[in-house]
Amino acid sequence: MKHALAGFFFLAFVFFAPTIFASPTRVCQTCKKRTIGEAIRQAQPGDEILIAKGVYYEKGLIIDKALTLRGEEGAVIDGSGKGDKTILRVEANKVTIENIIFRNVTKNHVKDLAALKVHKARNFEILNSTFENVFFGIMIEKSKKGRIEGNRVSSKAISQGNSGNGIHVWHSSKIDIRKNEVWGVRDGIYLEFVKKSKIIDNKSHHNLRYGLHFMFSNHDEYIGNEFYKNGAGVAVMFSKFILMRKNYFHDNWGSASYGLLLKEIYDADIEYNVFERNTIAINTEGSTRINARNNRFLANGWALKVAGACYKNIYTKNDFIRNSFDLSYNSKLNDNLFLGNYWGSYTGYDLDRDGVGDVDHRPVKLFSYIVNKTPESIVLLRSLFVDIINFSEKVSPVFTPDEIVDSKPAMRENNAKL
Amino acid sequence: MIRILKFSFADLARSRWSYIYFAFYLVLGFTLLFLNESLGKAIVTLINVIIVLTPLIGTMFGTMYYYNSKEFTELLLAQPVKRSTIFLGQYLGLSLSLSGSLVVGLGIPFFVYGITKSGEIWDFGLLLVAGFFLTFIFVALSFNIALSNENRIKGFGYSILMWLFLAVIYDGLFLLSLMVFNDYPLDKASLFATVLNPIDLARILVLLKLDISALLGYTGAVFRKFFGTQLGLVTSFTILILWVVLPVLRIVRKAKKKDF
Repeated sequence: MKHALAGFFFLAFVFFAPTIFASPTRVCQTCKKRTIGEAIRQAQPGDEILIAKGVYYEKGLIIDKALTLRGEEGAVIDGSGKGDKTILRVEANKVTIENIIFRNVTKNHVKDLAALKVHKARNFEILNSTFENVFFGIMIEKSKKGRIEGNRVSSKAISQGNSGNGIHVWHSSKIDIRKNEVWGVRDGIYLEFVKKSKIIDNKSHHNLRYGLHFMFSNHDEYIGNEFYKNGAGVAVMFSKFILMRKNYFHDNWGSASYGLLLKEIYDADIEYNVFERNTIAINTEGSTRINARNNRFLANGWALKVAGACYKNIYTKNDFIRNSFDLSYNSKLNDNLFLGNYWGSYTGYDLDRDGVGDVDHRPVKLFSYIVNKTPESIVLLRSLFVDIINFSEKVSPVFTPDEIVDSKPAMRENNAKL
Repeated sequence: MIRILKFSFADLARSRWSYIYFAFYLVLGFTLLFLNESLGKAIVTLINVIIVLTPLIGTMFGTMYYYNSKEFTELLLAQPVKRSTIFLGQYLGLSLSLSGSLVVGLGIPFFVYGITKSGEIWDFGLLLVAGFFLTFIFVALSFNIALSNENRIKGFGYSILMWLFLAVIYDGLFLLSLMVFNDYPLDKASLFATVLNPIDLARILVLLKLDISALLGYTGAVFRKFFGTQLGLVTSFTILILWVVLPVLRIVRKAKKKDF
């Protein structure tokens, strides 16, 4: 009897469980619940709320329990661009936001208003949503283990002071940012004090300042991203143990634009990236123990600009092709190693045919050395005199630092497949 | 004058060197466009060629033509024609045929590759205008030198020296002074020094129009500010025109007084 009763309850549980726990509450103009706010307030932890097609003018929404908020095709939450509230704020663990269009966030100079703010939450998921005309798009604060995937964040930023960031992560760890596209904001993806996170396959372009901005964030990796036409490219600053692989930095062109700006970076690996048509492909300053290998530098103004205090960096098997300047160096002291790179400007030969040039290559041209000392002399770019002194310096180096030399220059491109 | 211009032009049109010069630009244009995937890149490569070669060719041809046609000139002088007419006619004939070779020689390949439909047409036009001016300037300068020197060897020597000075040595001195006065703000000074030399002026005018100008950094910003304004453009073209007019005036004056 006891067993039969238990069996009955078990069966009842199995049959009714889906209807009790998983049937989603629907929000629409003609439903019982017409506003999202109402639906959230009355929901139980673990519920799913389904938002029907339509525009919902709501803001200041707070999710304080584990919920799934899912939009049907064309479900829009419009912040109407007035007032001083974030559209949606998540303060609980295990919240999923999916397929919703957020629109029109107020610009505010005091509060960092966002379309979606996640505060002190774990295991959240933000999926396939669209954020249009935002101040800040997605803002993550003091959270852990989140997934931000397949979103599109955009705005019409005009001035830096008057705009926010697309995906802004602060003081968090283990965040997975994947396959998002961000454009038209100040910084596309901004990370500050973010640990053990992955930034994979995102696209960030046409942003006012940086495509990706990285501050005080250790043990992160970014792989397969594409950054182009950003005001100042990508900046990675004050961080340790960063892995950058297979990213594509291109067309960051302008007098103050970088493909990749490295400042105070320790122990980073930069590999298999392609830098194309940037004013300065990599600008590095105060960086130590960086391994840059198998990268491709194509048609940049400066491929590599090394400022002071860069020690124990190793550049191997990179390709330098058609850059105005392959390498610019502003100190006499060299503690960095260049080995086995392919230099398009290499004029040596390879008699024993082992693929390694028999003559050392000195990548710093005299003119790039002079430009470093006297920036105004850049106006002589492409003058015949400059070609002559470059040539004579190449034949017998007098001014350029003697130690900056690739003693095993490659005869063929190392990474033609990238 | 028009008749003498026609004579000179016809004479040059029949000469082998004009064809070689024309063919050189034709081949150069086609090769560059064949090797570069874009018109813009071909234009960047052409800057070097134009700013070095057109002055050099102008100088060489100018001197050579003056000395070679000296007997014909003396024959003309015996006729009732004004001296200024003779020399101006010769000068214009030579300059026009040289710049014609340049414009047509480069124009054909770029036209074939569709420059008229691309956005680079203005950059290309400016490049041709720069080459045009440089030809006129350097032919005038070399005529001056040739008029002042009866000795051919000396005349050639001075002409080459003049080219060398403006194309190479000037930039060397410029660079040297920039390095010596490193501690002072040099944007205005470098602007001034650039504007004075026609080769540098032509180079900067074209460079600023191209993508590559982003490399110039904040010095470039100063330059762009100057050349971007009406005043800057008017100033630079005035200077280029002055570089043509002043030597030409001296040709006229010198020719009037010269004993043949």
